[in-house]
Amino acid sequence: MPETRELTLGEAVREALAEEMRRDSRVFICGEDIAEAGTVFKVLTGLVDEFGKERVLDTPISEAGFTGIAVGAAMTGMRPVVDIMFGDFVTLTMDQMVNQAAKVHYMSGGKWKVPMVMRATLGATRRSAAQHSQSLHAWFCHVPGLKVVLPSTPYDAKGLLKTAIRDDNPVVFFEDKMMYRLKGPVPVEEYTIPFGVADIKRAGSDITIVATSSMVQVALGAAKLLEEFDISAEVIDPRTVWPLDEKTLIGSAKKTSRVMVVDEGYERYGVTAEIASVIAEGAFYDLEAPVKRIGAMHVPIPFSPPLEDATVPTEKSVFEAAKALCSGGL
Amino acid sequence: MTTAIDRSKTYSEIEAEQWLRMYRRMLMIRVFEEQVNDLYTRALMPGLAHLYIGEEAVAVGVCEALRQTDYITSTHRGHGHCLAKGAALDRMFAELLGKEAGYCKGKGGSMHIADPDTGNLGANAIVGGSAGIATGAAFSARRLKTDQVSVCFFGDGALGQGLLYEVMNMAALWKLPVIYVCENNLYNEYAHNSETLAGDMLARGSAFGLHAENVDGQDVRAVYRTAREIVDHVRQGAGPAFLVCQTYRFMGHHVGDINREYYRSKQEEQMWKTERDPIKVLGDWLTAQNLADRARFDQIHAEVKSEVEKAVQFAMAAPYPSPDKVGQDVYA
Ligand SMILES: Cc1ncc(C[n+]2csc(CCOP(=O)(O)OP(=O)(O)O)c2C)c(N)n1
Ligand SMILES: [Mg+2]
Repeated sequence: MPETRELTLGEAVREALAEEMRRDSRVFICGEDIAEAGTVFKVLTGLVDEFGKERVLDTPISEAGFTGIAVGAAMTGMRPVVDIMFGDFVTLTMDQMVNQAAKVHYMSGGKWKVPMVMRATLGATRRSAAQHSQSLHAWFCHVPGLKVVLPSTPYDAKGLLKTAIRDDNPVVFFEDKMMYRLKGPVPVEEYTIPFGVADIKRAGSDITIVATSSMVQVALGAAKLLEEFDISAEVIDPRTVWPLDEKTLIGSAKKTSRVMVVDEGYERYGVTAEIASVIAEGAFYDLEAPVKRIGAMHVPIPFSPPLEDATVPTEKSVFEAAKALCSGGL
Repeated sequence: MTTAIDRSKTYSEIEAEQWLRMYRRMLMIRVFEEQVNDLYTRALMPGLAHLYIGEEAVAVGVCEALRQTDYITSTHRGHGHCLAKGAALDRMFAELLGKEAGYCKGKGGSMHIADPDTGNLGANAIVGGSAGIATGAAFSARRLKTDQVSVCFFGDGALGQGLLYEVMNMAALWKLPVIYVCENNLYNEYAHNSETLAGDMLARGSAFGLHAENVDGQDVRAVYRTAREIVDHVRQGAGPAFLVCQTYRFMGHHVGDINREYYRSKQEEQMWKTERDPIKVLGDWLTAQNLADRARFDQIHAEVKSEVEKAVQFAMAAPYPSPDKVGQDVYA
């Protein structure tokens, strides 16, 4: 076992950025209030002291503009990391990500590359209401040319972010705001985590719960509750939703024969739908029940705490659905 | 706070050969586009074609002031920019016909020609969509301490896009070596821009502190001289600039736009074609200055015609990409 220490997810992200910026002078970060302020979540605190204001670049409140500049800079020799304060604001960058970044390589017949990372946040339950709480990662999964990363632990966040920065494609990296203070072991030594490799966060034999981002913690909590009912849940984190490690997901589904998919994005047409379909196609004859999905409710995220809590998957809702699935009911 | 450009600084007399080179380039674009029109109307070219005929002086005058290593981004009406920046006729045609030998292996087509060898970051079919990319290239040039400049070509219609103003603001804040070149051909598709643009065009640049200038886009000598001064200043670190070129497209918005009288009159078109044709304007001047005679022009015309014909033949004969290439180049 390599030597580790406990870091928060926020610290892990910061460490990944600092290491990559030391390693490669072409890497820079741009976004709103990221330098002295260190972002509204204080994730980047201190980076400006080491790397200066040119490499930790405060921008105007122009998400489309600085994302577009990052696309052009990436094409011409830099490796930008764009910071989008709240994931809800990715809507402002959509043309630059979808019609520009994602397509430049293909449209140019493979000649231009766009090695950039967009870091954005996701996640509800901060009582931030409809425009500061969404998880819009599925939008990017829908577009060929982009890669989409959803870390669930400090260890994964660091290793995946380093891989994202070294990748020659546009990568969108989503951090759950509620997980920034989540602690976990992170090796002292340098490491990276390849894309497209799911991680079995908990082995089990009765049901597979595929979960992403903070829903992994929710699923692990539900798995503990299920234990009391003698239900052994396997929790799998795809870690990157595109590329998707279909093999591991299907393999686990075949083993347990029951599958739930949990993701904090809107359930309709969301990540859960795609993963459920991959599993249904790949493991159909080994399944004892339809694949069950739980995502965010099809409503704008409300402000009032009891309302908001009803919209996203919780330990309890995942536990109950899993238990029903295992006892034959749906 | 616009940076003043030193008018007293005169460039050494530009050789007749350079004007003739620009004449030739403009003519090459003209004949290329006529050929595209022909291919398209004979149903040999798939997709859409937005012709640059009438606007040649803008691309040629600006690109003449650039180095091969300088960057450009282009538009849906982009053939002229790509050729002016140095693209080869044969690979251009091949791309327009969707052939493997094309600049983008047939994956881009008319509206997406890109070529790193000539600094062409790509034509863009999102109106105003390349403003970020061009500004980002200037950002890299600044950071990597190369002395490249970046030119963003766009139409007057792109003045309706917010992205442009976001990046102009940042380019000015960070003194980026980028030149925003607006080709004001008066129309956004089928609407005169008096219906789409409020206020002053140049002020859109000067409001952000960009050096802003207007030029007659039908006079390649004026475009070149102005672009040359601006490029030199921008290259030296004076910060971004905004150049509005007054021009006119002689043909339809795209090849299929034949009956145009519901949005502009035949008389208006005729006036521009007879009095403001950039190739004729330069030709007349060269003749008046005794810098070229009939025989010289005839020779240039014959050479360009034959080059274009050869390029078309190459493209027509070139193979299509095999369908199994469809999944390549999605990811680097
Ligand atoms: C964002 C966007 N909206 C609409 C269109 C459809 N469209 C293509 S060209 C064009 C007009 C562009 O006018 P202008 O920028 O003046 O360029 P011109 O065609 O005159 O060269 C429009 C509306 C588009 N391609 N992109
Ligand atoms: Mg126009």
